[in-house]
Amino acid sequence: MPTGNLSNSTFLIVSIVKILIFLFVLLTGVAYTVWLERKVVGHIQNRWGPTRVGPFGLLQPLADGLKFIFKEDLTPPYVHKVLYIAAPMLALATSLIAISLIPVGAVVNVPNVGATPIQITDTNISLLIILGVTSIGVYGIALAGWSSNSKYSMLGALRAASQMVSYEVALGLSLVGVLMLTGSFSLRDIVEHQQGAHWWEFWHWNIFMGGQFVAFFIYIMAAFAETNRVPFDLPEAESELVAGYHTEYSSMKFAMFFMAEYANMVTVACLASILFLGGYSGPVFGPPILQAVLPVVWFLLRVVFFLFLYIWVRGTLPRFRYDQLMAFSWKFLLPLSLANILITALVVALRA
Amino acid sequence: MLHLVLFIIFGAICVAGAINLIAQKHPLYSALSLVVVMGALAAIYLLLGAEFLAAIQVIVYAGAIMVLFVFVIMLLGAGEEEHTRGSKIALIFGVPGMIVGAVLVVWVLLKSNPLGETIGVGSLYGSGQTIGRLLFGDFLLPFEITSVLILIAIMGAVVLARRES
Repeated sequence: MPTGNLSNSTFLIVSIVKILIFLFVLLTGVAYTVWLERKVVGHIQNRWGPTRVGPFGLLQPLADGLKFIFKEDLTPPYVHKVLYIAAPMLALATSLIAISLIPVGAVVNVPNVGATPIQITDTNISLLIILGVTSIGVYGIALAGWSSNSKYSMLGALRAASQMVSYEVALGLSLVGVLMLTGSFSLRDIVEHQQGAHWWEFWHWNIFMGGQFVAFFIYIMAAFAETNRVPFDLPEAESELVAGYHTEYSSMKFAMFFMAEYANMVTVACLASILFLGGYSGPVFGPPILQAVLPVVWFLLRVVFFLFLYIWVRGTLPRFRYDQLMAFSWKFLLPLSLANILITALVVALRA
Repeated sequence: MLHLVLFIIFGAICVAGAINLIAQKHPLYSALSLVVVMGALAAIYLLLGAEFLAAIQVIVYAGAIMVLFVFVIMLLGAGEEEHTRGSKIALIFGVPGMIVGAVLVVWVLLKSNPLGETIGVGSLYGSGQTIGRLLFGDFLLPFEITSVLILIAIMGAVVLARRES
C-alpha cells in the first residue's frame, strides 16, 4: 500500500497541514450543503430558496453562522448539566473524526517534501474505525435527549438510538460483500482494487463487476436512516416531537447537532463513493499539478451527487411510520444483506 | 518507553472508570463509566497490536451493547439510587476473597511467564486476516458452538418476551 515516503518531522508537519485543510473543506462543505439543500428543496417546491445574501444567496451560510453565534445560549433549568453540554460536543466530534480516514485523491509527489497521499491517514482497519466512531456517535444523540429532561427530547432520542442501532446492522452487513472482494479494511486498498487498467473501465467498480448493486442500495437506504434524514427522520419529526432530541438546545449547541448531521451526510456520501463507485478514479491527464487535482475533482463530484440525492429524496418522499421503519430494517434489509453475503461469498470462493 | 507511558495512562483510565462505575449513584452515569472502561481496554488492545480486536471491542461493546444498556436505563426512567453501607457478610467474605483472587491471578501469571518477559508494542499480530483464519480454522468447533449458544439465548429471550395469549 503506497503511503508516502516522508521523514518523521516532515510527516508531522504535513499531517497537521492536511488536517487543517480537511477540516476547513469539510466545515465549508457542510455549510454549503445546507445552502444547496435550501436551494434545491426550494426549487422542488416551486420557490427560489435563499436569494438575498450575496449572489444566488451564496453568503447565506455565513449569515446563518453569525446568527447562531449571536443567539442567546439558553440552558434550561432541570437539565443534567454535564451531559447536556457534553452531548453536542460528542455528536460533532465523532462526526468529524471519520473524515480523517477518507482517501480523497491518489498519492501525490510534492516537490521538496516527498510523496504523500491526499488523505489524513490510512490504517488497515479504516472501515472498522469509521463504523466504531459512528456507533459512538449514537451516544451524542441519546444523551442529548436524556439530559434535556424533556419528554419530546427523550422520545426523539429513544427513536434515534433504536433506529441507528437497527440500521447499523444492515449497514455493516452490506459492506461485507465489498470487504470479501477486496480482502482489506483499508479504504485506499478498496479504491485501488476497483481501478482498471484504464480510467474508462468503470465496470471494475464494485457496483458493476463486483455485483454489489444490491449491497449498494441496502447501504444507501441504511445510510439515510443512520443520518436521520427523510424518509427516516422520525427522531426529529416536527409534527409530533417539536424538534426531537435537540428541542431544548439553542444557539451554538444546536448548531453543533446541525453540523454533526451534515458532516455525517458527507461521510456517508464519501463512503458510498469509495466502496461502490470507485472512489477517486477517473480520467487523469495534463501537467503534474492537474494530475494531482483531477482525482480529487472526480471524487468530489461523486460526493456532491450523493448529497444531491439526499436532498432530492427529502423533497420527494413523505416520512415513514415507526413500525414500518423497524420492519423495513429487520424484515427486509437484514435478510437481503445476508443473502447478498452468501451469494458474494459463493462467487468469491468459486473464482478463487 | 512511550508504550509504557501509554499503557499506564489507559490502564489508569480503565481503573478509574471501573471505580466510578461503582461510586456513581445514577445508573446512567455508571453505564457511561463502563463505556469509558471499554474504550480504554480497546486502546490497550491497540497498544498490543491487536487492531482488529480493538475495533471490534469499540463497535460491539461500546457501540452496540452499551447503547442498549443506556437505552433501557432511559426507557425505564431509572432515577438516582441510594448507597447502603453494604452487608456485613459481603465485608467479611468479600475482602479476603478479593485478596485470594488477586494472589491467584498473580501466581498464575508468574508461573506461566517465570522470566517476567513483557510484550512489546504490536508484538501480538492481530489483523483481521489472522483472526479470521484462526476462527474458521483451528477454532471452528468452539466458534460454531458459541453461535448455537447465542441462538439458544435469542430463542430464550423470545419465549420470555412473548405475550401470554
